[in-house]
Amino acid sequence: MKCNDFLKELSDYLDGKITEGLKAELDEHLHWCHECHVVLNTTKKTIEIYRDNQIYELPDPLRTRLHDAIMSKCRNAKQHKKDV
Amino acid sequence: MVTIQKKAVEGVTDEMALVHAAKRGDLEAFSQLVNRYDRNIFRIAQHITHNEEDAQDVVQDAFLKAYQNLEQFQENSKFYTWLVRIAVNEALMKLRKRRTDRTVSLDEDVETEEGSMPREVADWSPNPEQLYGQSELGDILKKTIQGLPPGFRTVFVLRDVEGLSTEETAEMLGLSVPAVKSRLLRARLQLRERLARYFKSKRDGDGHQ
Repeated sequence: MKCNDFLKELSDYLDGKITEGLKAELDEHLHWCHECHVVLNTTKKTIEIYRDNQIYELPDPLRTRLHDAIMSKCRNAKQHKKDV
Repeated sequence: MVTIQKKAVEGVTDEMALVHAAKRGDLEAFSQLVNRYDRNIFRIAQHITHNEEDAQDVVQDAFLKAYQNLEQFQENSKFYTWLVRIAVNEALMKLRKRRTDRTVSLDEDVETEEGSMPREVADWSPNPEQLYGQSELGDILKKTIQGLPPGFRTVFVLRDVEGLSTEETAEMLGLSVPAVKSRLLRARLQLRERLARYFKSKRDGDGHQ
């Protein structure tokens, strides 16, 4: 197996979506290829760092404001539908 | 495990009950659906538009559109899947308006070869969080993901940040499963490459890119 072949399977390897046979081949490649080992570790960390550090949280005051605005628009839409 | 599965089933049933009530015009039921998903929709909208004002508009417009079109929701998918599809379309429209060329689509830039082959192979995986304060790290993560083409970052956000399955992501975006998988792989590799540039320089001690 070449590094290119390993990279093609990287996502499925990380997601645990590969057959036992293919996993054994990829593990064998990882055993001797330091670069792919690093790429695997750092890609895994990339996913974890985005998952664990939510960078766009909705602050409570804004959340309340948006919720009120949405429900007010929905009430208007409901009223409009009744009137028509 | 049994308890978790039972809860998940109850959650879906409960959600369908809310959807049915909302379809009958029960605004309180719809309000509960908003409470359930507003944070997710805001996050997805921010990731696609990179603009808080636009993201706020997307949240409002997506929920209003969902409410107005509830009767068209066929219930052969989850309500959330249907809602995200509306929100992604709204967010892409916002992005188009902000751009002068107005050609933004999920297919944009998918042919780029950047990031297909890793260049940075220093191992920064053990502790990058410890090198930065929370807000500095947040800025790096934002800058890094903003550099990805919209089609890549949308797939990454749905799959890896929101934790949806490949099949659900494909359904939400109207893409095939192989297309989602291919974009996810390239998004992950490109993000990894870009983060490596930051983390490597910090580890090397210069603190700059």
